[in-house]
Amino acid sequence: MRKLLFLLFFLSLSVSYAQDYFPTDKGVKTTKNTTFAFTNATIYVTPTDVIKKGTLLIKDGKVVGVGRSVKIPENAITTDLEGKNIYPSFIDLYSDFGIAKPKNNRSGDQYEANRSGYYWNDHIRPDINPLGDFKFDSRKAKEMINAGFGVVNTHMHDGIIRGNGLLIALNPNASDAYRLLNENSGQFLSFNKSVTSRQSYPNSRMGAMALLRQTYLDADWYAKGNMNNKDLALEALNKNKNLVQFFEVGNWLDATRADKVGDEFNIQYTIIGAGDEYERIADIKALNASFIIPVNFTNAFDVSNPLLARQISLRDMRKWNQEPSNLSVLAKNNINFALTTHGLKSVKSFHKNLQKAIKYGFDEEKALAALTTIPASIIGNSEIGNLKEGSVANFLITSGDVFDSSTTLYENWVQGQKNVINDMTIRDITGEYSLSVNNKSYKVTITGSGAKQKASITQGDDKVKSTFSYSNEWISMTLNEKSGYTRLIGKVINDSNGMEGTAFDTEGNESKWTASMLMRKEDKKSRKKKEMSTVEVVPVSYPNLGFGNFSQPKTETILIKNVTVWTSEEAGILKNTDVLLKDGKIAEIGNNLSARRATVIDGTGKHLTAGIIDEHSHIAASAINEGGQNSSAEVTIEDVVDPTDINIYRNISGGTTTSQILHGSANPIGGRSAIIKLKWGENADEMIYENTPKFIKFALGENVKQSRYSNGTRFPQTRMGVEQLFIDYFTRAKEYDALKKSGKPYRKDIELDVLAEILNKERFISCHSYVQSEINMLMKVAEKFDFNINTFTHILEGYKVADKMAKHGVGGSTFSDWWAYKYEVIDAIPYNAAIMHNVGVTVAINSDDREMSRRLNQEAAKTMKYGGLSEIDAWNTVTINPAKLLHIDDRVGSIKEGKDADVVLWSDYPMSIYAKVEKTIIEGKVFFDRQEDLKKRKAITQEKSRLINMMLQEKLGGGKTIPPMIRKDRDFHCDTLEE
Amino acid sequence: MKNLLYSLLFFFVIANINAQQTPANKQTTAISIEGATAHLGNGKVIENSLIMFSDGKITFVGSAMQRIARLGTVIKAEGKHIYPGFIAVNASLGLAEIDAVKATLDYDEIGSMNPHVRSIIAYNAESKVVESMRPNGVLMAQITPRGGVISGTSSVVQLDAWNWEDATFKVDDAIHMNWPGSFTRGRWWLGEDPALKADPKYADYVENIKSYLANAKLYLKGNNDKKHLPFEATKGLFDGSQKLFIHANGQKELTDAVTVTKDLGVKNVVIVNAEGAESITDLLVKHNVGVVLQRPHRNPNSEDDAYDYTYTIAKTLVDKGVTVAIGMEGQMERMNTRNLPFYAGTFSAHGLDKEVALQLITSNAANILGINDKVGTLEVGKDATLFISEGDALDMKGNIINKAYIQGRDISLETHHTKLWKRYSNKYKSK
Repeated sequence: MRKLLFLLFFLSLSVSYAQDYFPTDKGVKTTKNTTFAFTNATIYVTPTDVIKKGTLLIKDGKVVGVGRSVKIPENAITTDLEGKNIYPSFIDLYSDFGIAKPKNNRSGDQYEANRSGYYWNDHIRPDINPLGDFKFDSRKAKEMINAGFGVVNTHMHDGIIRGNGLLIALNPNASDAYRLLNENSGQFLSFNKSVTSRQSYPNSRMGAMALLRQTYLDADWYAKGNMNNKDLALEALNKNKNLVQFFEVGNWLDATRADKVGDEFNIQYTIIGAGDEYERIADIKALNASFIIPVNFTNAFDVSNPLLARQISLRDMRKWNQEPSNLSVLAKNNINFALTTHGLKSVKSFHKNLQKAIKYGFDEEKALAALTTIPASIIGNSEIGNLKEGSVANFLITSGDVFDSSTTLYENWVQGQKNVINDMTIRDITGEYSLSVNNKSYKVTITGSGAKQKASITQGDDKVKSTFSYSNEWISMTLNEKSGYTRLIGKVINDSNGMEGTAFDTEGNESKWTASMLMRKEDKKSRKKKEMSTVEVVPVSYPNLGFGNFSQPKTETILIKNVTVWTSEEAGILKNTDVLLKDGKIAEIGNNLSARRATVIDGTGKHLTAGIIDEHSHIAASAINEGGQNSSAEVTIEDVVDPTDINIYRNISGGTTTSQILHGSANPIGGRSAIIKLKWGENADEMIYENTPKFIKFALGENVKQSRYSNGTRFPQTRMGVEQLFIDYFTRAKEYDALKKSGKPYRKDIELDVLAEILNKERFISCHSYVQSEINMLMKVAEKFDFNINTFTHILEGYKVADKMAKHGVGGSTFSDWWAYKYEVIDAIPYNAAIMHNVGVTVAINSDDREMSRRLNQEAAKTMKYGGLSEIDAWNTVTINPAKLLHIDDRVGSIKEGKDADVVLWSDYPMSIYAKVEKTIIEGKVFFDRQEDLKKRKAITQEKSRLINMMLQEKLGGGKTIPPMIRKDRDFHCDTLEE
Repeated sequence: MKNLLYSLLFFFVIANINAQQTPANKQTTAISIEGATAHLGNGKVIENSLIMFSDGKITFVGSAMQRIARLGTVIKAEGKHIYPGFIAVNASLGLAEIDAVKATLDYDEIGSMNPHVRSIIAYNAESKVVESMRPNGVLMAQITPRGGVISGTSSVVQLDAWNWEDATFKVDDAIHMNWPGSFTRGRWWLGEDPALKADPKYADYVENIKSYLANAKLYLKGNNDKKHLPFEATKGLFDGSQKLFIHANGQKELTDAVTVTKDLGVKNVVIVNAEGAESITDLLVKHNVGVVLQRPHRNPNSEDDAYDYTYTIAKTLVDKGVTVAIGMEGQMERMNTRNLPFYAGTFSAHGLDKEVALQLITSNAANILGINDKVGTLEVGKDATLFISEGDALDMKGNIINKAYIQGRDISLETHHTKLWKRYSNKYKSK
């Protein structure tokens, strides 16, 4: 019975808003077409078009008139909004409103897709149309309405390409037929995989980027009718092509990555940012993208326990301090952005956070635009986000400035339907009153706001127990005294500061009571001003952490005098020599050099070398392995260079200036490398070599055959399979390349393009390798396909096949003394480098380890101990030899006139355990200076103390805090997998 | 027949590759080394020295200028350097051969309270990793079990032996305990906040250790119906014959570890790893607690730490009067133990005087292990466990060792590595 009533209730609702042409069997057919007029209001038609004392006229859910002199029809319901403001209701473009979270698939990892008839990868889901699952969530709608929102743009937050969105008016009393403003309001993307599938590819950021690229290529190929199968995902992608493309990212770095992929396909994503854009605002601005920015701020850390507080990184402390300035920074840089409630634990905190941002300098007019006109323009809908004639009647009625903390939001009208948030008829009756009832007088103090106004009552100095309520214009009070209860009921007297009504005493006798105001409550504006003055934002550094630079190092003219120069050239070691660095190059080497306006460094007793080059490094990257497939030639570390990694700084503190950031060894064909200069503070693009030589990582042995998996299922599981895998891929690449060169149409395949570059000798292989059998095998495979392996890296049994390596022309980049950590290194010997060198192989010593890479000078020295290399040959293993292996020896790797000014000044013989780096210079810029480093240490301590004091102040002031969080360094090696 | 041939061939090949170095015989003739710079390991240096030893013991340490008869074989070592054998503390040599092959791993027994578990019987004296120590001057080591709260009991060995019994230098020298951390992080994989917070269970963990030791102490008073093997094994902690090595990090943890165990009557406490020890040096000095530092070749914990924090810590502690040695615990610790001299060198590069840095791996190590009456310095009456290096043994370039002696025995400096080096060098030469 109850259910039936419920059903009837809903039916009646839907009837009243049923579509015109729908039949009705519930009674006579009626249409509601009331006109509402709101007069004497300050109307924000748009954030910049403000009408004072204006009238807003709405009918049938639309604005039909707005202005100072709007003619009000006689049958209109008129509301006088004297002293009140009207704003367009807000728009949130990034929401999962009404769409249930997809269920996690908890099966084991798999390599194939679950879906068939769709793309080969389950995480590409442009076909997902959330309309089928959409269910108007009244509870959530109420939260949003209460926060001032009238429209949300919702979609299924799941997968890399996630399908289309729905633009929904938050109108609780209409059917979806009215609420749905646009059922194709955009297409949504992210770097995150679908939780509904355990398909392992892609398991890295760079894999996700590569997958997006290949998907776009395939969609194009499909659109041209070249595929003979049905692919509903690609069809949907093509169908959604002209929609707004929304891309959610987790940090500013990912924003630049997403934008990069978009640019390659002429797609300008609208980026859902992370709130950290202020950290690198110039790079963000350069994207020329529109953004949707969350207003979600972290709470201060609880720093009251100094032992715990000591462990919080400055990076995380700064986040708390700087984050509220993000919106202001974005606005000042004229970046087009809208705001979202996405990421907030509770929508209720939206206004509080926004007010904080305003306090931090975010302009209120821009805030209003970011909630109204900008989101409307992003989504291409001119009928929302403004109150022009013809627009949807979504608007707010407030007591004052919409973002002021003292303002009350009364009503949020959506599609011409009223939603009451705070009863407008309730007046502000706060203040002190003198109450007289039954010849006794009391003092009544009313505080609070809206329906939540409350009273405390005293008689003389004594507090009187009482209850109080004020709603629907009626006041009721109960006084509880020794003499008994007195009940009062009454109303506020119109246009006066008093109340009156009827009182009932303990015996039930009636009498009159009156109350008259003695004093209004305190003025709020003075308090607001006080709040404005306390904002203090610490400066951002590059990168934004402890040892970051507040200003980027500049190219200097530097003259190093009277120093011992390790040239890594035929000249060998030059004593008492001067070296001039100018315009980022090594300008001159000689004696008694001078240069105008040069910084002169006395090198007496010191040693100057070329910067160390690490052929095998995994620092400065957000991902290292894409192990989701046995070949991942389509991915590149260049996509995921992370310029904020502290290991960059630590490496330059040890004299390393260039690193090849290699893909890991999770699969036989790994990803492409990034060869970077460790220019601490510069961004990823600036670090990557210009005209960089093209490299790719291959791998052999235990890692690629998943030896430490309890039961691997991916081909290959043996060294036998590894050979066949290479032959297979190169055979296909050869066929592909032939077709490509023939001029016939072909399906562009990034992976095969990359492999074809190897066959065409445009890309070089650096191959992770251990035992002699597999080393020999790969050289034979290469020879079969008429190319050479460029470098064997690790190559711990290189000494066993050094003659074959020399003949093949491959270099060896090895560890100085690692062994015994797995079975394939039982015959690894520290004499490996010496034997290979003696047989004529170009030998480098590498790190594969972020710690060793900061003291490769020591590792080079070990080749003197183990195998007796000369000091010059030993030093070359970390300078000119790796430069040769990386094909950058024309630019770096030695001290030679005309080469890049990448040099290191050492306190001592550079291969001595006692040697310390005094300066590391890259392209004439001083990126590490030991004296500056000591200053930075002090500055870190000082800034931390300052922030700790600010956090303590926040806590003592009643602010919420979170427990300290300790940041753990990531430690990437060859076999590090993400997730 | 064919099979037999193959098996023979197989054995020949295996034997050829796998043959360990044969331990040296007892010293029969006296040896006199003259002309070298002797680094005594106690901070002193003798230029142009004369060192003599017979029957495994040092009989003379002095200047070569001194007119005294050179006994036995005379080794001219002008321009070279003599050092006491380096001692690796908190090492696990011989308890595992290949990190990634579980079958070779013998350092971590199950159970959390294992004082009765003894490392010495699992020590593989013929490990190829062990023999690779000697050409770098590492001649002795404390073999330490890992894991649990009380990991077990370590022993000190010399690194040239037929079997563990031969190798034993000081059996069951110490019990090793892993002190709990006072912080815990939420289980993020269950959706908990990953923030690191004070661990509410920390007090329980400490109480657990307290009550275990207190019960052991009570038990050791006697009158027990039944034997309790783990408690029996803790006897040495209370009578002073064994040390308690507490592996701990953090100011709070280190403070608790020292005070709690001292209060319970543990006589000799050593702190191992000791991140944060710089904040409690007064306490360490007051209780005469030695510190076994982690290897300096590791990254600082926090990105705000000075890049050289792990290099300068030794200097900080030594300056405050703490006795410091160097431990090996960590990634790839066994194979890296041969880099012990360079760890000391790094501590020297970042503040310590070279001879003081040398003490960390000689006399201080011997002190902390309680074997300083026999080894750790070049002094008359001590074991002739020493080596001759071409140059500065704390530096890669100078660490070329041509002679090494353990208790006077002239030990082989060949290894699996040198054999392969020669084998393949010859291969290419003959071509």
